[in-house]
Amino acid sequence: MTAYIIRRLLYAVPIALGVSIVCFALVYIAPGDPLQTLLPEDASAETIAMVRKAYGFDKPIPVQYLIWLGKVVTGDFGMSIATGRPVLGEIVKALGNTVLLAAGAVLIAFTLAFILGTIAGYRVGTATDRAVTGFAVIGVSVPNYWLGIVLIIIFAVELNVLPATGMGPRGSDTFNLFEWNHFRYLLMPMVTLSLIPIGIIARTTRSAVAEVLNQDFVETLRAKGLMEWEILLHVLKNALPQVLAVMGLQFGYLMGGSILVETIFTWPGSGFLLNKAILTRDLPVLQGTILVLAIIFVATNLVIDLLQTAVDPRLKRG
Amino acid sequence: MKTLKRLAAAVSVTAGLAMAGQAANAESVLRVAMTAGDIPITIGQPDQGFEGYRFVGYNLYDTLVLWDLSQGETAADIKPGLATSWEIDPKDNKRWLIKLREGVKWHDGCDFVPEDVVWNFERISKEDAPHFNVKQFADIRNRTGNIDHVEVLGAHDIAIVTKEPDALFPYQLSYWFMISKCRLTELKNDYEAYAKAPSGTGPYKFASVVPQERLELVKNESYWDPNRIPKHDRLVLIPMPEATTRAAALLSGEVDFIEAPSPDTIPRLESAGMTIVTAPYPHNWSYQLNFVDGNFKHKEVRQAANYALNRPEIKALLNGYMVEGYTNVPPSTPYHGTPSVKYEYDPAKAAELLKSVNCYPCKITLAISTSGSGQMQPLPMNELVKSQLDAAGFDTELKVMDWNALLDVGRPGREKNPEIDGINISRALQDPFSALIRHVYTKQHAPKGSNWGHYSNPAVDALIDEIYLSFDPKVRMAKLTKLHEMMVEDAAMLWVAHDVNPRAIAPNVKGFVQAQSWFQDLTPIVVE
Repeated sequence: MTAYIIRRLLYAVPIALGVSIVCFALVYIAPGDPLQTLLPEDASAETIAMVRKAYGFDKPIPVQYLIWLGKVVTGDFGMSIATGRPVLGEIVKALGNTVLLAAGAVLIAFTLAFILGTIAGYRVGTATDRAVTGFAVIGVSVPNYWLGIVLIIIFAVELNVLPATGMGPRGSDTFNLFEWNHFRYLLMPMVTLSLIPIGIIARTTRSAVAEVLNQDFVETLRAKGLMEWEILLHVLKNALPQVLAVMGLQFGYLMGGSILVETIFTWPGSGFLLNKAILTRDLPVLQGTILVLAIIFVATNLVIDLLQTAVDPRLKRG
Repeated sequence: MKTLKRLAAAVSVTAGLAMAGQAANAESVLRVAMTAGDIPITIGQPDQGFEGYRFVGYNLYDTLVLWDLSQGETAADIKPGLATSWEIDPKDNKRWLIKLREGVKWHDGCDFVPEDVVWNFERISKEDAPHFNVKQFADIRNRTGNIDHVEVLGAHDIAIVTKEPDALFPYQLSYWFMISKCRLTELKNDYEAYAKAPSGTGPYKFASVVPQERLELVKNESYWDPNRIPKHDRLVLIPMPEATTRAAALLSGEVDFIEAPSPDTIPRLESAGMTIVTAPYPHNWSYQLNFVDGNFKHKEVRQAANYALNRPEIKALLNGYMVEGYTNVPPSTPYHGTPSVKYEYDPAKAAELLKSVNCYPCKITLAISTSGSGQMQPLPMNELVKSQLDAAGFDTELKVMDWNALLDVGRPGREKNPEIDGINISRALQDPFSALIRHVYTKQHAPKGSNWGHYSNPAVDALIDEIYLSFDPKVRMAKLTKLHEMMVEDAAMLWVAHDVNPRAIAPNVKGFVQAQSWFQDLTPIVVE
């Protein structure tokens, strides 16, 4: 297993390197000058040249990439063009807020979807199955930004029981998860964000459970006279690798894919940061955030891969 | 019985005093939802466009020349700020003699002195100065690029020497924020540290900042202009880029004042008792035209396009939240004048003009964006404009791109994209240079300036040269008026709308007067 873990870790290195090249190049492929929002519209050629040099944009792109990568591996992501603050600090703070949001959403989604999917898998073709599948389809189909707006209208505007925006009450600089006055800020974005993973994971769990239930060994277990809950444990153990793979992907998506939800709720996470960086074309923030999110995605998949292998050693491959 | 009465009286007096004390201590807070995605930087020249100037720049800091934002009837103009007066040196038309305000203190307690202005000039111009900041240099260079040097003449007098004569120079001074030399020196020129403890001379002092979340300012009790000491204790600025969220935050009582509600949410806000304030705004939603490569080089085609537009229909699309744009600046602008032509909807005349130059149907390509800073509702507005143009004899192609791509088309000028006949980049018209000169002066041809389509007219150039040498305000105003009239008569742009920039305000907020400006004064606001 140790050799397998090391091998998988080594595989992750070229992937991370490739990701770094792609995310560095992406912002240059996008139309528009990187210094567009920094410079006044009628900036003279002399001003443009000076600022370009100051930010290192005068060098060839491969050289810029190597300088950037060299700094990144030492933890220096540069300074935000828009705010002048160190990019790493911005990313770390935003990521912390997103982890909080994503963890809450994951908890809701994984628990609910796993239970619903298992029930539906056991009752394929029944009204319960159709209800769960219908709910899952709605979860996958409803745009979460739309759900977010609906929740805001209901709970913030009409009922006025939850705050529409922000992360904690005015005057508090730290978020206290265990205080209702803070936690209520998390509630709506968390529920909104959990909708899509609920749909996807519930559907995956349903088909995985149904598939395992059709296998001969389940009949054998029943013939042996095992209790139904004991059989359930066997079924879940066999269905888990497939479900885990989807869960891993969903966690990765939640970390990077919450741009709209965070923007709607003005939740100061990585999605909000990314949105702002795109709008202001803040290259260092954009590159740094995309890279960190991509690495988190790669790392999450690695962890899930290892977990799958731990659950089912047959998956260990060369 | 008597004892009981005394006891009751004592209790009521104590309770009354306690309540009075509580009322005296209750802090009045104005919470504003901005459209920005982050807190504008607090180191002098703000980012986030003019919203940064509006909320951070002019609140924390002062400029030598300020904007008079006290009324909403006519377009705002400049007034004394940290400078009480300015005049051109009678012996040298490149030397401005400026008297500085006495008795002004920085928020950190230091005195505002002439050397502060010299030091502030160095920080945005002198590359080898320890306090030089390249970002601040870039942010203000288009306003200060004409300054050669600053001289200290006395305890309260300075001279600013320009490279070229510029009668409009005081307007440029209104964008240049003065920051505290004392504070930045104390922080060893560390701008990151300064951003967390900025010091200006403005009507608000810095209280705290949580990046991406909020900036809190408190009133400066000893502001040099007693009329502008804020009438609320604290100002909380919250970035909230999504329009629906801003409306929801106002409706749920989380904020008191929101910027730019979308037109479709306004009826709901009004029905909830919110006040919608609007004013004609120095903001022009129009198309700059290509005067060299395509059909717009013919004046008849430019005029035809202007006659083809049914602006009341476009206004209806925006639920009435615009002023019909027939000219470059709104009619309430002092130098609007009385152009000899008004391009009211006349599709027959448009077709006739197109036929007169054998351009019927007349093929044009307009570059537009899907969104962007101040672009109002670009997609539906552009679709409607296209349908109106085509109905009058044009064959319009809309080249849709994202905002940054459109800026990249706009900045280098027509030469890089000669196939494009017009660009839809809305423009701020805050001062005469921004409103008129930069769009039509030959010396402003892109990429050097904002004259994207390379409009060139010797008569216009000569008039602008005269404006720069007209130090008498009355003479200058007459020439600016003439310039605007010439632009309209020559159909120098395709004009569509002037923004009215709606804001929504909670019923407990009183005293706000929306100035006809990109900048607004929040200090008179009372939060009940």
